[in-house]
Amino acid sequence: MFRTVAELVEIAEKENILLSEVMIQQEMDVKEQTREEVIASMEKNLEVMENAIEESLQGVKSVTGLTGGDAVLIQNYMKEKTPLSGHLLLDGVSKAMGTNEVNAAMGTICATPTAGSAGCVPGTLFAVKNQLHPTREQMIRYLFTAGAFGFVVANNAFISGAAGGCQAEVGSAGAMASAAIVEMAGGTPQQSAEAFAMTLKNMLGLVCDPVAGLVEVPCVKRNAGGSALAIVSADMALAGVTSRIPCDEVIGAMYRIGKTMPSALRETGEGGLADTPTGRWLKERIFG
Amino acid sequence: MKYNSVFDIIGPVMIGPSSSHTAGAARIGKAARNLLGSEPNWAKIHLYESFAKTHKGHGTDFAIAGGLLGFETDDPRMNQSLEMAKERNFSIDFIEDTAAVDHPNTARLIVGNDQNQVELVGISIGGGKVEITELNCFKLRLSGNHPALLIMHNDRFGAIASVTTILAKHEINIGHMEVNRKDIGDAALMVIEVDQNIKDTLLNELRQAPHITNVCTIIS
Repeated sequence: MFRTVAELVEIAEKENILLSEVMIQQEMDVKEQTREEVIASMEKNLEVMENAIEESLQGVKSVTGLTGGDAVLIQNYMKEKTPLSGHLLLDGVSKAMGTNEVNAAMGTICATPTAGSAGCVPGTLFAVKNQLHPTREQMIRYLFTAGAFGFVVANNAFISGAAGGCQAEVGSAGAMASAAIVEMAGGTPQQSAEAFAMTLKNMLGLVCDPVAGLVEVPCVKRNAGGSALAIVSADMALAGVTSRIPCDEVIGAMYRIGKTMPSALRETGEGGLADTPTGRWLKERIFG
Repeated sequence: MKYNSVFDIIGPVMIGPSSSHTAGAARIGKAARNLLGSEPNWAKIHLYESFAKTHKGHGTDFAIAGGLLGFETDDPRMNQSLEMAKERNFSIDFIEDTAAVDHPNTARLIVGNDQNQVELVGISIGGGKVEITELNCFKLRLSGNHPALLIMHNDRFGAIASVTTILAKHEINIGHMEVNRKDIGDAALMVIEVDQNIKDTLLNELRQAPHITNVCTIIS
């Protein structure tokens, strides 16, 4: 069983297999299941992600009315104008936000790695898909690659905002997406690790400060940021840019930063954006 | 390692909005229901730290109630669970507790019906993954790396031997085992971590064994 990104990459290089394959084989061992069973379970998750994105593009609204509809706004803008940040990037942003809008509206989603950060991995997948034209199997592999990196983070640091701030959630999710994009685009295992490191580095220190304690503001837009960064880092890694600080050390830094983060900035709804005049007013309006 | 499956990371499929505060909370509720072993009709739920401060916004209340009603994390009835509980005359009290705890997402559930009651402490560690850290005032020290069996039994001769004999017959190897009791001859708990996956047939056999009152598993 791999415990670090270095070990994960080493196994893939030594056996000359994809990172996703390392994860699939480990899962078969742990669950004592066949390849078909493991793949089928992941395909179910893929279907949930696809349905959530479709639902969001019809337009959703949360119970509080704080979030919903932004994914549609962006899709409409892309049809009418030429987006400055590029079609693929903005498509990913829109689909990531859409997934989180469905989550905030208490719809059905697949946590990747958490519900609050559930947009980055599927959002980027369904955007990159339109350019790389993957097979269904490659789309399932995307989730195993993302999962392999999330697995290392969860076991060496944390993936919850209450434990480590938003860097642990959207930071991990965006970084997982970067690594998966690189593999789908034909990059090497080491390039996946570089992309992961570069995304997470840019998310370090990000606090979890949900307004009124709801997974809405700023979570939906943080998923937009996470997925945009994921695509940019993947491109950087594919171009040959490397992280000066190795991937596992970046994860270690994330852990230590989270450990020193005050409780007010770890999903208690007491600090940061939650503690702005508007944040407090919204809380009052919603809960009285 | 706390997480050993890729589906702890990519998953669970769930009703929003929060994996730790909604999906994880539902799983803690479900664990309490399973440990009780029958339909509960009352529950007192103490919420601590982040759970206490954000439970309304995250739907932690209806998620725990949904778990107590036996719902999975993706059950579409999840956000109507409090109303459904009311219809079934199942009374649930939530207490925002200010006591210090080790993990920010901690809940203590005291759940019962006319015959039985169970008390447990659950923590939601992220991504919908939960750990049960206390059961009926027994501290659990599960490594989380292996499937675990929790066996409530009466402190009598042969109770442990009957359990280990059944495990041996099913070729299940014990990695770690602890036995605790409240008093001589009183209620006791065996916590057994095993190396192999636990099948339902094994659980049913354990339930039939002498002096065993309740059996459940925690899949890591």
